Amino acid sequence: MNAIVAGLLLGGFYAAVTAGVSISFGMLDIVNIAHPAFIILGSYIAYIVNTSFGIDPIVASIVMLPVFYLLGTFIYQIYFLSFEKRGQESLRGLAFFFGLLFVTEVILILVFGVDYRYVEASYIGPSLHLGNIDFPLRMLVPCITALVLFGLLHLLVTRSFTGRAIMAVSQDQLALQLMAADPIRIKRIAFGISIATAAIAGALLIIIQPVEPSVGREYIGRVFAICVLGGLGSLPGTLVAAMLLGIMESITATFYGPSWAPAVSFGFLLLTLAFRPAGLFGR
Amino acid sequence: MSTTRFTLICVLVGLVVYVFGHLLGIGYLFFAGYTILQFIALASAWNILGGYCGYVNFGSAAFFALGAYSTVFFYKFNPLPIPLLIIIAAVVSGIVGLGMGYLTLRLRGAFFAIATLAMAVVLQTLVVNWSYVGGSRGAYIVRADTIDIGGYTIEYIEYLFLLMMAVAILSIVISRTIARTQLGFGFATIRDDELAAEASGVPTLRLKLIATTISGALMGMAGAPFPYYIGYLQPASAFGLEYGVNSIAMPIIGGTTSWVGPLIGAILLGSLQQIATVTISSAVNLLIVGLLLVAFVVIAPNGLVGLVQNRLLARRSGK
Amino acid sequence: MSPLLHVSNISKRFGGFVALDGIELEVQPGERLGLIGPNGSGKSTLVNCICGALQNEQGSVHFDGHAMDGLAAHQRTHRGLSRSFQLPRPFVSLNLADNLRVPMLYTVHKRTGPLHGDSVDARCVELLRLVGLDHKARHMPRDLTQVEMRKLELARAVAAEPKLLIADESMAGLSHSEIEDILALLKQLNERGITIILIEHIMSAVMSFSQRLVVLVSGKKIADGKPEDVVKNPEVVRAYLGQ
Repeated sequence: MNAIVAGLLLGGFYAAVTAGVSISFGMLDIVNIAHPAFIILGSYIAYIVNTSFGIDPIVASIVMLPVFYLLGTFIYQIYFLSFEKRGQESLRGLAFFFGLLFVTEVILILVFGVDYRYVEASYIGPSLHLGNIDFPLRMLVPCITALVLFGLLHLLVTRSFTGRAIMAVSQDQLALQLMAADPIRIKRIAFGISIATAAIAGALLIIIQPVEPSVGREYIGRVFAICVLGGLGSLPGTLVAAMLLGIMESITATFYGPSWAPAVSFGFLLLTLAFRPAGLFGR
Repeated sequence: MSTTRFTLICVLVGLVVYVFGHLLGIGYLFFAGYTILQFIALASAWNILGGYCGYVNFGSAAFFALGAYSTVFFYKFNPLPIPLLIIIAAVVSGIVGLGMGYLTLRLRGAFFAIATLAMAVVLQTLVVNWSYVGGSRGAYIVRADTIDIGGYTIEYIEYLFLLMMAVAILSIVISRTIARTQLGFGFATIRDDELAAEASGVPTLRLKLIATTISGALMGMAGAPFPYYIGYLQPASAFGLEYGVNSIAMPIIGGTTSWVGPLIGAILLGSLQQIATVTISSAVNLLIVGLLLVAFVVIAPNGLVGLVQNRLLARRSGK
Repeated sequence: MSPLLHVSNISKRFGGFVALDGIELEVQPGERLGLIGPNGSGKSTLVNCICGALQNEQGSVHFDGHAMDGLAAHQRTHRGLSRSFQLPRPFVSLNLADNLRVPMLYTVHKRTGPLHGDSVDARCVELLRLVGLDHKARHMPRDLTQVEMRKLELARAVAAEPKLLIADESMAGLSHSEIEDILALLKQLNERGITIILIEHIMSAVMSFSQRLVVLVSGKKIADGKPEDVVKNPEVVRAYLGQ
């Protein structure tokens, strides 16, 4: 039972991690395989702020939001300018992000080394006890934050003009242009938001577990598995899929040992892609 | 130039390089040379699926590691001569390539790439949990210092060098032959526009499966001698992202549309990395690879070969 | 005479959106069929389902007496079903002649056995001449104008020597005389025995070309008959006046 609860909490966190990719891949069709690297970057920044100034990591990440947003828009500009031609776009775009992933990871290794880093906060350690079930606060707080983040994103996408424009651009660029909105600008904003979520996800990550540069790689599979399973571009679907994955990983880790955990998410991804790639056909 | 003649020239060049190195007698050259030859093989193999067909394989490390681990398996079970191990690795990796292709090739571009990464991690997890080949603790391979070949006694590293030379030449020859036959023509249509290719009657799935199988087999062959080269094999090093990045970076920097690109990319980038590792540090050399990859993808999408071709075209039309 | 193409109760959805709803269609051998309908009515989806680029959820496609369900697109092309794409999709790294070589090597060769290299080249150039592109045989697709790309697209579909050719909006953007050229070409192909389905918005072309007209609106077939009758059909009038 504890495993399931742990899984749910983990799932909430995974949803935050995936939110960015849900936007960039689900809605903009950009395979940002480097997203986990930005999350790790967020983790390290939260770490620095936490150890130097003692500020709570989540607060730190909120402060970092604009910086990450700008980074996202900057990267999108490069991506757009370099890969606007069709056809070669997939190969070169993928290679571009793969290169970014790699460069980010190596720079982090060079600057911080490969030791695990962790943060100090008042809620890391104690747990809530409800009946027989444990709710470790170090998992609960990130999960709640993640859900809040998710809720905000959902509101943004469904209520605000920009948000609806983002949904529109994923479906019909021409119609959007007729509505006098610049699709490129909308996509840039969307990608910026996508990377901004990484700032928060990074802070949440380092609360949940110690971080070192190559941790990002494990998340590539998780993130895309959740994205595909949840239905590309559907935020509610992503949340559900994230929870499911969290529970499955938690149960596997409890009964079979943690070294099998990566296989769960990646294996899940493969199975989903192989047998139920709903919505992929005809792209 | 016919394939036979080309192969003979390659073999000749290879032998000359070897004899030159042998006479110089610097052991390090063979260690470094082995690595470069390995990258020539990996880059050429990757390019068959990635450059010719346009399907990016992020899981190259998995095939490489499969080759390495099948060697480890036989080392523990019943040691076999390395040439035989290379052939076994080709078969194992080829079959896995075929299987992976069958599962993932119905997916378009981006999903395929992610699926290959997923496969690599799944395979790595399986190996980490398989204690017979050492699991996460790793496996030690003891190798002799010298070996007798036809009456001559040479250093073991030179033997490995020659074997990898053979694999590299095989990769280049296969790569070039494909490009010059109808198979390569079909691959190009898949890369350019798969939907149109299907509509024109190209059996895209079958061709893609052929590409994955050949590519996987060659990468496995490149990995087979690796345990003997390195002496101690850990999943982290065999499945390392370094192999994945290099297999992609070298063809892209060299040029993905021909067989020459991966060769140039491997020699240049491989040598650069060797120099950087020795003079600065191994982490920096990976950084260089990553930065060059991003730079070339953005600025020079057709790689060095593309740049040269453009310059030649410009000169021709200028006159 | 049994129909060459029989589309039976085809339905296709994208998520909640119904693109095709129970489409029934028959095409006789040698016929010239026009397919019209407003944007978004499902014409291209129907073509994709017939040719195998998409899988229909319900219904079946029969071509030349064989069931096509489950066959991949390239297999349907081998059986004699060919189509051009609404937005031209040339092979960008191959020159024009090579673009035409693809269907010849992979489709025609399947039927008639391996072709001699020279005869393939000759056929390519002849086909290019038919669409007025033989002077650009060694050029790359990026050197072509939009109009020339449409002609290449059509030529490539014809190069597969089909029994049934689906021409998807090949005439958009062409001048009056160019439209006449393409129509003449299609009529010529039809006289040679190729059944043709013409999907077009240019009404004059469709009217003069088609022996029979089918109208698709919002995924449903609302008319199927002689052109002069169909244009008087009140539902058809409403669909177009509503544009």
